[in-house]
Parts: sequence; structure tokens; C-alpha cells
Amino acid sequence: MSDKKTKYQEVAYYPGCALEGSGHAYNRSTKALGKKLGLKLKEVDNWNCCGAMEVKNIDPKIQTYLSSRVMSIAANKMNMDVVMAPCNGCYHNLKKAEYDLQNDDGSKDVVDRLSKKAGHDTYQAGQVETIHALDWVKETIGEDGLKERVKNSMQGIKIANYYGCMYTRPRHIFPEKDSGPGSESTSKPHFMDDLLEAAGAENVDFPLKTACCGGAHTLSDSDTSTRLVANILQTAEAAGAEVIATECPTCHSGLEMHQIRAEKTLGIKTSVKIIYFTQLLGMALGLKPKQVGLHENVSDSFSFVKEKGLA
Amino acid sequence: MPIHEKSLIRPENLQVHENLEVEGVDVSGHWSTFIESRVVSDYNEAIEDEISALPGGENIHRCWQCGSCTNACTVHAINADFNPRYWIYLIRMGMESELLRDKDIIWQCVSCNKCTYACPRDVFPEGVMKATAHWLELKGHTPKSHSTIFDEIFSEQVIETGKIEDGRTIRRFFKQTGQALRQPWLEEMVKRMLRNLPIGMLTRMGMANFIQPKTSGWSGARDAIKEYVAEQEAHHRAALGLDDLVKMAETELKTGAAK
Repeated sequence: MSDKKTKYQEVAYYPGCALEGSGHAYNRSTKALGKKLGLKLKEVDNWNCCGAMEVKNIDPKIQTYLSSRVMSIAANKMNMDVVMAPCNGCYHNLKKAEYDLQNDDGSKDVVDRLSKKAGHDTYQAGQVETIHALDWVKETIGEDGLKERVKNSMQGIKIANYYGCMYTRPRHIFPEKDSGPGSESTSKPHFMDDLLEAAGAENVDFPLKTACCGGAHTLSDSDTSTRLVANILQTAEAAGAEVIATECPTCHSGLEMHQIRAEKTLGIKTSVKIIYFTQLLGMALGLKPKQVGLHENVSDSFSFVKEKGLA
Repeated sequence: MPIHEKSLIRPENLQVHENLEVEGVDVSGHWSTFIESRVVSDYNEAIEDEISALPGGENIHRCWQCGSCTNACTVHAINADFNPRYWIYLIRMGMESELLRDKDIIWQCVSCNKCTYACPRDVFPEGVMKATAHWLELKGHTPKSHSTIFDEIFSEQVIETGKIEDGRTIRRFFKQTGQALRQPWLEEMVKRMLRNLPIGMLTRMGMANFIQPKTSGWSGARDAIKEYVAEQEAHHRAALGLDDLVKMAETELKTGAAK
């Protein structure tokens, strides 16, 4: 077994705020998938918001502190050395905090000061490794493991894999990416493609894998977001996709919301389904649609998954 | 034509004459278009320092004007006026009035970080866009954008309780920005959202309106963050000379009243 394969069997799980609200389907399906695959998730005790884009906009160092507190609990209270965050925003922010604490003394000082005042151990860079749900499944089970476990093959389902912005950009906060064979690429990410293909799906050639859905301004500048999302949906359909697989609650709800808004305000109607990759993998492994929270999605894909033999 | 010279050929700076003769030469018509001479006398050399004192703006001095940021920009692709490279140029030159022409769109940066990914000089243009948007607001050039209002509502909730609850944040945002919750697309979305949800889940969502999610034992962190925020705000006000401006205005008001 590779180092990572052993190391990721049991990880600290950081769902984050979105997965307790609008992205609950992602939370449910991630946990169900972990259980099905025999991987252990220990939720970070009494976690807080990672700071998201919004706190970063007010002050980046507060965001660094907020993220560091989550990692500090995982490391110092729970003795864990890996934190897994399925939300791209949380994942990105923990990575960014790690980078800042390693490279910027100013951030380090602020985090140390705030941690002491708040009454907990200061997180020290390198105490934990932050990974995404994609890394988690890819490194522990991998393509071969998935192939062995598939009950309902996704054969004949055409998928556009959509990774969004925060999973790969900016490059410098992801030192492990672009680092040779087996590593994730920041220009052409492929981990989700690899996993879904192993479960039988047919990945279409989708040029907008890392395009922006306008999630940062999904409500404050909805017209821009609607245009960006409409472009993503139409491009996916033009590439022949029936489903857009997602790995971020902000992208996912952005696509769902602006799919409706594009239809209502721009008259652009698209019917491509929007489903979390954890939901797709879960159903391929034999979980029922409700077990992976398909009923919690806004876009209705029940009849679709039934027709495709996933349920 | 370099982008920073494009202002020369804005329609209002062009002159075409129907019957004009200068020293015996006919200079009428389109082929003899005149460009209004430009004199820039209002350089504000403090802008670059002020923006680099705000979070995100620290590296603006590194820019080489290669244009990779604008070339990669998500928003530029749908609005050609959105031009990070040009704004960085204007800020570094101190061309305030030119920058202010675009004051109402700078906040629209979607933070996709394509610019930061492309930038060969680690300028972090995404951060510069945020710093510039904040600068415009702090200086009173623009009212708070919807984006800033959303950030503030969101951050306030995180700082108070450690977590956010999205339904509450959204409702407060719509209220504060004077937008109706009853919009056809929003109603349609809620309808579709509720369609498949079991009763238990709906109850839980309803309860979240009353019982706010919280991180327990958060008060220490809350106080520490609040103290830091106050400190930073004072620091930014000083860097932008905002307190001096207020003092100046107060003295003027007083002397005005005395007269």
C-alpha cells in the first residue's frame, strides 16, 4: 500500500457551512460514499467557518486565522494528520492558510496572536495535510478499486466534469499538484474524470472544466453569474454531456440556480443534469438515490438516473 | 495603439471639420481628423501607495504591464471595459480621473484567480481588484457595492457565531440591498428545491431560522477577531488619510460658521 493509501483511510472531516445548508446533498453523499468504501471520517470537533471568499475580502488574515483554527483542532485536539474538505472553498482556504503560514511572517504573527487570545493552540504549518474529497477517493480506492466495486455501471452516461476555480487556482497554494506522474494537473484537472470513467461513465471533451461560474457574486451580481453559467451549461450540452459532475457546493448551487435564472431571464433553456460526483459514484456502487441525497438537489434527476440504470 | 493612449481617440476628443483651411491647406473631412490635445495635470501620486496599503494591493508595484491578467480575465470576456492591466497602469501613473471612469465596474471581479494564475510577476491582480474596489468605497467615490454588502453581512455573522447559515445571510442581503424576495426565478428555484424534500428535512431547515448554527466556546475567538478588525480599520484610515480629511472638513465647517 502506498503511503497515502494508508494515511487517508481515516481522516478528519471538515464539511464546512455550505454542506450543512444548501450543499447538504454533498455532505450526505460524501459520508455515504465513505461508509460504503470502508473509509473513516472523524468530523472536526466544534469547527468554524473557513472564512470563505467573503471574510477574505474584508481581511485575508482573518480568513487565515479562521482556517488555521480548524486545522489546529484537527492536529492538536484530535491528533489527526489529514483534513479532508469536500467543499472547494474550504479546501482552497485551508490550503491558502497553510501556504501563508509557511511563507508570510505577518500572517503567522496575526494567527499566533489571535489563537492565544482565543485560548487555543496556534496551528503550526505542516501539522496537517489538507486534501479534497477527490484526493481521498482517488488515493484510497482508486480506479482499480472502483472497478471491482461497481454494481450499477455508468456505461452510456455522458459526463462533463466541472472543477471550478478554487480547486486549482492560484497554483502556488497547491504545491503537490503539477508534480509529475500521478499528480493532479492545475491546467487540465483529471481526478474526477478518472474516477467516473472507472465507474463506467463516458467523459466528454469539456473545455470549461476550470471556468468560473461567478459563484463569488452569485447574488450580488446575478446577471454576470447567469451569463457565465449559461455559457458553461450550453458548452457542456454542445460537447454532448447529459450530466455535469460537480465537486463544489458553491458551483453546484450556482449552476442549479442560474440554470433556472438563465431560462427565466435570458430564455436560455438547458436540460443537462447537475449531480455531485459523490452522488454519481455512490449510486454506481449500489447506494439508493435517497441515500446520496438526490432529493436534496434543486435540479430533478430521479427519472434520469432510473432510466440510466443507476437506481 | 497602446491601451493607455486609447483615451485620446474617444469620440469627444475627435474633431472633424467640414470647411477648414489652415495656411492654405484644406483640412476638412474624415481624412483630416484632429485629436484634441491632452494635458494631464491632475496626477494623484498617492493612489498607488494607498491601494498597496489595503489588503490584496501589496504587490501592485511589481507589474510589468504584460497584459496576461486581462487576457485571462473571466469578466473581461463578457465586458471589454473590465481591464485589470489598464487599471493597474492608471493607478501606478496616478491617473485618478481616468480610473474613476470605471469606478462602477471594478467591484465586479469574480475572484476566479485566472489572472493570478497567469501573472508572471506575482502581482496577485485579484487582490489588487479587491483593494481598488475598497479604495473607491473608502474614499467615497462609490457607494458600497452589493458585493461588499454581502461580504459584510457574511463576515459579521462568522465573527459573531463562528459559522454561517445561508438562508439567513441571503434574506438579510436581499433586505439590505432593497431587492424583492419574490422574483420569478427565485420562486421557481425554491419550488423545485422543496419538491423532493421529506418533511423532516423541511422542519430542520425551518428551525435553522430560529436556532442559528454556532461554534461553541466561540467568544474568545470573536473578541480577538473584533479587536484585530478595529485595529486594521484604523490602520487603513490612516494610510488613506481619511481622518485628516474629516478633520479638514470639520475645521472648514467651523470657520465657515464663525464667519
